[in-house]
Amino acid sequence: MVQLLFFYFALVVIGLGLRIVTCKNPVHSVLLMLLLFFHMAGLYLLLNAEFLAAVQVIVYAGAILVLYLFVLFLVNLREEIKMSPFVQKGKWAGLVAALALLITFLRGVFNFTLGPHGQYTIEKVQQITHTKAMGEAIYTTYILPFEIAGLILLVAVIGGLALAKKEDKGA
Amino acid sequence: MELLWILIKIIIVFTVVMIHVMYATYFERKVIGHMQVRMGPMRVGWHGVLQPIADGIKAFFKEDIIPTAADKKVFYAAPLICLISALSAVAVIPFFETFAIANINIGLLYIFAMSSLASYGVVLAGWSSNSKYSFLGGLRSSAQVISYEIAMGLSLVGVMMLAGSLNLSDIVHAQMQSSYKIYLIPQIIGFFVFVVAMFAETNRTPFDLPEAESELVAGYCTEYSGMRFALFFMAEYIGMIVMSCLAVICFLGGWSGPFEVPGIPFFWFILKAYFFIFLYYWVRATLPRYRYDQLMALGWKVLIPLALFNILLTGTIKSLIG
Amino acid sequence: MIPGTYLPTEYLPILIMLLFATGFGVVTLWVGRFFRLRRPYAEKLIAYESGNPPSAPPRFRFSIKFYLIAILFVVFDVEAIFLYPWALVYDKIGIFAVVEMFLFIFLLLVGYAYAWRKEALEWER
Repeated sequence: MVQLLFFYFALVVIGLGLRIVTCKNPVHSVLLMLLLFFHMAGLYLLLNAEFLAAVQVIVYAGAILVLYLFVLFLVNLREEIKMSPFVQKGKWAGLVAALALLITFLRGVFNFTLGPHGQYTIEKVQQITHTKAMGEAIYTTYILPFEIAGLILLVAVIGGLALAKKEDKGA
Repeated sequence: MELLWILIKIIIVFTVVMIHVMYATYFERKVIGHMQVRMGPMRVGWHGVLQPIADGIKAFFKEDIIPTAADKKVFYAAPLICLISALSAVAVIPFFETFAIANINIGLLYIFAMSSLASYGVVLAGWSSNSKYSFLGGLRSSAQVISYEIAMGLSLVGVMMLAGSLNLSDIVHAQMQSSYKIYLIPQIIGFFVFVVAMFAETNRTPFDLPEAESELVAGYCTEYSGMRFALFFMAEYIGMIVMSCLAVICFLGGWSGPFEVPGIPFFWFILKAYFFIFLYYWVRATLPRYRYDQLMALGWKVLIPLALFNILLTGTIKSLIG
Repeated sequence: MIPGTYLPTEYLPILIMLLFATGFGVVTLWVGRFFRLRRPYAEKLIAYESGNPPSAPPRFRFSIKFYLIAILFVVFDVEAIFLYPWALVYDKIGIFAVVEMFLFIFLLLVGYAYAWRKEALEWER
């Protein structure tokens, strides 16, 4: 049953992903992406990671996709822009690069071995709930990455505003 | 067997919520009518009690106008997104001890996720209608909802800190065991921020700019008619009910009350939820609409700092007292 | 228990609820098709603009402020997400957790102050 559900979610994610890339209308892509994020959340649920499932929907579907939508509205593609490909001559080079990437991924997948089990077994996660397990890990063991994440978010705010907002000259 | 029980629960809750949606519209018109020294609906049935049924039948038989310029697929999907996100948020609400459709550990986050989805329905409705009023309404709504979503999320962090759980039933239990019985008293700042954000999240007066009828006709649903319009309407009222229930659960102690009412375990819950729904009407009859820049300034410059201050205050006090 | 073999059964009602809500919406719209009027004509189907024919395309370029709000929202939303697990475990970890969150919120406030200074929070201007 778990396997069946996994294959359903995984296949839908892959299928929707392909559809999103090939879709001509960017707003339809966004709508399909919304569906895709829900299936991703389903995958997280199968991994007993309920907090991550919720975060997947809140952050990706609720926040990042809204940003995409605003970008789409902002650039306002009334009809599709027919552009020549960015790289005209390097068609073969692109193919080679894509193949190399594929081989790297496949090697990565086949060489994948499970690491040693940590202290959080499924029983323990179920007992103290996933959110608390995450919290305990983040705010004790991984405190430095957490503060670095805070710093990166600060950089993101400043960078985003500096790019999007021009300095008022003379005002 | 398990499945059957779940379905029965869903159908019960769905029916109750739908009846409440219908009569929420009736009481809204009645309450505001009386506040403005009018009678409200009087024609259909005794004092107009059958008015919502008449409205429902009317909406069902109305023509479904789909503008030629509209993006059909998105136009069809938008009201459904609104309805699904509003209705499925009801699934985690515990109406009384041991009664919730789904008792999940991340109930609060689930409601956040669903309420953030509702803004898609609105913004996509605005975009797909291909009309200026709709587009502006949709844009305003999504910018407003995302601004107040942060304030709402942060205002509930204080509750999470006191309760130590995201499970809505556990939050109520933790409240019963706390010294004040309700979190309204220790979390008064959080409660204030939450209530203001609650009005903005559901696009209700004084923050109903997405459908400000004096400037945007009907905002994002200008081009919608008949049943599709009714779906938006239902979604809005279900959203109000969900937010009221959330306020009851997180700040007013859920189903607990000063004494047990025999036979009606949900008595206190419903009573408190009705208070919030009444508050929606009261505010609508009392306050004028905000200007958009005032709305944004309130969200970003007042509510978010207040909510952050509340978190730091709660953290400091609780770690000092222990 | 072995990872990946355990089914999160407590989420089954949520799944059913999602399907139920979708079904309700689709069925009411679909059934209504057989009952409602359908008399379209060209004038009825153009976008509403107070009775005039629509002037200028409706999906105009709008203010960049909406975009700024969305950027700020993404960042602040992620910060809020970090607060949720912290709120559940901070009393277990003790004073150290409060101090580290003070530091995190301080970083957040620096970004917030920058946004305020840059007038990204003002709607007018």
